[in-house]
Amino acid sequence: MRSVRTALVALTALAMVGLSGCGDDSSDQPAGGDGVSGQLTVFAAASLTESFTRIGQDFEAAQGVKVIFNFAGSSALATQINEGAPADVFASAAPANMDTVLDAGNGDGEPVTFARNQLVIAVPKGNPDGVTSLSDLTKPDAKVALCAEQVPCGAAAGKALDAAGVALTPVTLERDVKAALAKVRLGEVDAALVYRTDARAATTDVDGIEFPESAEAINDYPIVVLKDAANKAAARAFLEYVRSDTGRNVLTTAGFQVP
Amino acid sequence: MALLLPAGLGLLFLVLPLVGLLARAPWSTLPQRLTEPAVLAALRLSVQSATLATVLCLALGVPLAWLLARVQFPGRRLVRALVTVPLVLPPVVGGVALLLVFGRRGLVGSWLDATFGITLPFTTTAVVLAEAFVAMPFLIIAVEGALRGADTRYEEAAATLGAGRWTTFTHVTLPLVAPGVAAGAVLCWARALGEFGATITFAGNYPGRTQTMPVAVYLALETDLEAAIVLSLILLTVSVVILASLRDRWISG
Repeated sequence: MRSVRTALVALTALAMVGLSGCGDDSSDQPAGGDGVSGQLTVFAAASLTESFTRIGQDFEAAQGVKVIFNFAGSSALATQINEGAPADVFASAAPANMDTVLDAGNGDGEPVTFARNQLVIAVPKGNPDGVTSLSDLTKPDAKVALCAEQVPCGAAAGKALDAAGVALTPVTLERDVKAALAKVRLGEVDAALVYRTDARAATTDVDGIEFPESAEAINDYPIVVLKDAANKAAARAFLEYVRSDTGRNVLTTAGFQVP
Repeated sequence: MALLLPAGLGLLFLVLPLVGLLARAPWSTLPQRLTEPAVLAALRLSVQSATLATVLCLALGVPLAWLLARVQFPGRRLVRALVTVPLVLPPVVGGVALLLVFGRRGLVGSWLDATFGITLPFTTTAVVLAEAFVAMPFLIIAVEGALRGADTRYEEAAATLGAGRWTTFTHVTLPLVAPGVAAGAVLCWARALGEFGATITFAGNYPGRTQTMPVAVYLALETDLEAAIVLSLILLTVSVVILASLRDRWISG
């Protein structure tokens, strides 16, 4: 699935290289000018797919700017941006990937944190094993999936488990949060640590059990306008829109906390 | 000359990405990375599981190739087409399909769990099964090709001298097509060694148990490009050395 997504991202990026040639007039527009128009390209973390698609539709209707999204893992997006993919805005699921872009000098100004995500215990619908806390996951016959430590949800899971003082032996360390969630949906594991937003998006198959130690492993989502943005006016307007009441509502409904 | 130019371009196309890897490899830290226990564990698991998968493919695939090459039966074209399904199926989908059959809730897996208390996903057995599923068509196609090219008169002669089907197969047919079987096994082993999609989907990822080299490379890519390159080079070196030595011994010899 990941490789298909990567291929799609590559195709999208290619298509946008072609498109950006047509929309060049917008780049002459002074930043902060009255009217925003034209086209806006937003690179956003995969976990923002549902909420940003919604926010993008609202923004298009309100501002008359065509918004094009490229959703993928934050690390892949950071690589694409640093390799010169044409983007106006970058919304990352973790500060580390944002730093990759900023360190390469590709940001314009300071990023702002617009959302926070935290972990829940995803269990099959109806919670058949009666899981209520992290320590329930250490029972000998409990099969648990975590994300690998190399991806943000795995790093967060490690922090939460440390905070709880729980030593957990998972049966698998999955490549991303959606893969961990899929193992719960397929019934191959009894529980997985995933983001609250992912559990909420899969609410027909899984329940998300909140646990206090997740407060120790909160993921900040930073967003920034990019240095080479072709449409900086629209990019700034989009950032404001994400942090407006309308944007915050969409994010909260999806399960994010908004600062 | 009309053939040499495209041949050269083809070689360049296949070799240049390898040059790219070599150019970016962090040679100075190479020895230190090579001896990391996690790397060695992944390498050992990869070689072991690919070898076991090849043994499984030989045990099941050679008879299947014989069936396709030597026995007339209705629906043979369809069976031959079905055998090649794993070649065109995206491996990730193959992994999901294996979960749906051998998973805890799967068609066969739920029975295994209820009857014997065996669950396959997330075990080294699952790695072997995933690799065998993806690699077996390579073996079958090679062996069937060898069988079709072999002279059937030897088998007929053995049969007229009173040898049964099994004796004919083991004493006449197999020695006749041994180079084809060896070539198929080598191809099968190489494909199993590089298997990623079906493995990570069906067997998951856990160091020492299901984390093969390709899975380790994928995860290293998330954070450390150089580590991923080093792991790839190790995998590449091991496979080239083993394949080259096998080719010399089994095929050209």
